[in-house]
Amino acid sequence: MLSYAIRRFLGAIPTLLVIITLAFFMMRVAPGGPFDGERRLPPEIEANIMAAYDLDKPLYQQYFLYLGRLAQFDLGPSFRTRDFTVTEMIAAGLPVSLRLGLSAIVVALFFGILLGIFAALRQNKAADYSVMTIAMIGITIPTFVTAPLLTLMFGVYGVSLFGLNLSLPVGGWNDGALRNMILPVTVLALPQIAVVARLVRGSMVEVLRSNYVRTARAKGLSSYRVVTRHALRAGLLPLVSYLGPAIAGLATGSLIVEQIFGLPGIGRYFVQGALNRDYTLVLGVVIFYAALIIVLNLIADILYRVLDPRVRYE
Amino acid sequence: MRAVLVLVALSGLLCACQEAPPEALVEDAAVLHRGNSAEPRSLDPHLIQGEWESNIVGDLLMGLTIDGPDGISIPGAAERWETSEDGLTWTFHLRAHDWSDGSPVTADDFVYAWRRMLAPETAAPYASLLYIFKNAQPVNAGEMPVDALGARAIDAQTLELQLESPAPYLAELMSSFTTYPVPRAAIETHGAAWTRPGNYVGNGPFTLTEWAANDHITLEKNPSFYDAENVALSGVVYYPTTDADAALRRFRAGELDTSELPAQQIDWLRTNMPEAVRIEPFLGVEYITINTTRPPFNDVRVREALNLAIDREILTDQILRLGNRPAYTVVPPGTANYPGGNAMPVAAVPKAERVARAQQLMRDAGYGPDNLLSASLLVRSASADARRVPAAIQQMWREIYIALDIDQADGAITYSRIQEGDYDLGLVNWIADFNDARNFLFLLTGGPNGKNYARYDNPAFDALILESDLETDSARRGALMAEAEALALGEYPWVPVYFLVTRDLVQPYVGGWITNVEDVNRSRWLSVDRSSAQAAGQPSSP
Repeated sequence: MLSYAIRRFLGAIPTLLVIITLAFFMMRVAPGGPFDGERRLPPEIEANIMAAYDLDKPLYQQYFLYLGRLAQFDLGPSFRTRDFTVTEMIAAGLPVSLRLGLSAIVVALFFGILLGIFAALRQNKAADYSVMTIAMIGITIPTFVTAPLLTLMFGVYGVSLFGLNLSLPVGGWNDGALRNMILPVTVLALPQIAVVARLVRGSMVEVLRSNYVRTARAKGLSSYRVVTRHALRAGLLPLVSYLGPAIAGLATGSLIVEQIFGLPGIGRYFVQGALNRDYTLVLGVVIFYAALIIVLNLIADILYRVLDPRVRYE
Repeated sequence: MRAVLVLVALSGLLCACQEAPPEALVEDAAVLHRGNSAEPRSLDPHLIQGEWESNIVGDLLMGLTIDGPDGISIPGAAERWETSEDGLTWTFHLRAHDWSDGSPVTADDFVYAWRRMLAPETAAPYASLLYIFKNAQPVNAGEMPVDALGARAIDAQTLELQLESPAPYLAELMSSFTTYPVPRAAIETHGAAWTRPGNYVGNGPFTLTEWAANDHITLEKNPSFYDAENVALSGVVYYPTTDADAALRRFRAGELDTSELPAQQIDWLRTNMPEAVRIEPFLGVEYITINTTRPPFNDVRVREALNLAIDREILTDQILRLGNRPAYTVVPPGTANYPGGNAMPVAAVPKAERVARAQQLMRDAGYGPDNLLSASLLVRSASADARRVPAAIQQMWREIYIALDIDQADGAITYSRIQEGDYDLGLVNWIADFNDARNFLFLLTGGPNGKNYARYDNPAFDALILESDLETDSARRGALMAEAEALALGEYPWVPVYFLVTRDLVQPYVGGWITNVEDVNRSRWLSVDRSSAQAAGQPSSP
């Protein structure tokens, strides 16, 4: 398995190189540049800035300069935020996005798996339909609707229950205080709960009909043991392949959630970097995201083998 | 089940690993929480451009003059100054005051700052604002050494500045971040990292204590500030509120004390929290620039028709409803050193006759109901009114045989196309860098001028502006500029649409906030009294 992992890692290098090259040149093809703005810079100043960022060199030279720096794990200076380098920006934002994203995944897995099993065990009954309807609603309502609604409810109007004041901060990170995390994590987790519940229900329904589960039941095992020991392990397989990209997506932040709650994560870097033509920032985030997906996919594949003895690696 | 237990344990771990939040600042009643539209690109005054950056840096550093409570410049680091007879030599006498590290602020610090701003390797985007200083432009272009700049320290407290031409607005310019002194010792020690908390040394009313990128920037009162006893706040926290609607919710929840007003919600705001809405005219104009070199817009009849057919009052009164004044000039009313009094000739045409007259002009130019003029209007998609105003203009111009295509693109694309002259019409705006009519009229001067988007080229206009530059008498200078403006207005290089207004939300318990034409409110003049009131727009608690 180790040699398999090493081979996969080596195989990822050309993939990354292709991604870097494509992203580098696609950014440059986009019209406008990092210093085009409301106020045109006088030619002297534009020349000064272009020289400061090596933008006066031919494109292929810039490309190799970039690769050279990248080999030393230096993602370069940001074109917009002049007091921080791209590496520093990702290092500052990543812990925030990671904590939000992983918390959301944990919450989503917990509730999603519970709901999924619950629905599968009551297949085609009222309970199943209501869980799946709620899941459908969870998938279809976008975060830019749930986030403002929840902030209005819990922040501006302040809900109180049994005399308990449940009001929560509307925005800000506040160094990751629990109070500040509840709303954004809820907003991030809601659609994921729905997806997880549907996935788990679907595969569990199939697994519960399979021969080995019938055998287990015939041997007189309790329904609880059958579900947790035998069915769940196979039933979670489709979830594992979904989790790789889902964790990558959540851990790299969400532009909408970060904007609405004013959180300092890395989700906004990608969109804002592209809008500002902050070439190095966009490249940095793309490389980071690509590497993360490659690693998570590898982990998912290895987990697959742990969960499913039929899978073999050659 | 084990999996579930692991998950529960994990979630507990994730939640439990947070430390106690720094509630101290939140609780401190004398700390002001300001919503500040975006994350600063830098806190180095030589690298910034935006008003949201100027807000913070202006709390940390102090120029020769400073923005007073009402935005009008008053003496700052300089106690007084003299101007020579020809208006070309200014002598500033500094007040005795210190940097936050205890060393005195000297005339050399200003000379150092200006040389650094203009040195080509600094690559300061706003260096051109100093081009009025003698030899500044050649220094910035690398054609002269930095010590050729016409600024020198006569002694530690006396600073002499030579100008290229007389500039009655110089005291105004000296309150802009572009002319602030910078701490030489800190910059030489820390290099680019001098703007980090702990390294930052300033001579302003506040010092930098925390910079959590994209989250908040915390400033604390500077006890060694020369006028510290008159600074009411103990600290300021700036939040980059990129989403105006989200900022409104934070404002209503009382998390923000001041914020940007989301224009689309103006009716709701006026009804539900009128006490917080602060809208006043300020020095900015929204206009449609016309590419005067591209047919058929090189035809003055077409440009006049465009101006006639836009009903500015409908745009301001019925669509924007913010109280913007319709614009019939380039220079906003209330601009300093300027007599005003101009208006485009179309303003004199009775409203009922404007469209008919515009139709006639368009027919003369060869267009009609069967021969529409196809044109495109470039619009920045990020602008707050990206959809509403252009759509109304499209309708208005349909009356005069124009099939208008609205071309929305992000700011970088829009401005690069406009600057390259690859456009018909573009909806843009200009906000004054300093309060002087020259700062608007230069948008129309010929020669190599990247900000003359319309490519308006009138030697008579340029001659009048040049003459006003050399004029030392402020009234005569103003009259010359007004004459130039009248000339340009008669040739319609623009469709001025409306003048901008401040869009601020200020909690009723914030004191000292005077809405002003410069749209600048330095924290130094502000105070908070939280005992008096609750946040605006919040339903009274049951």
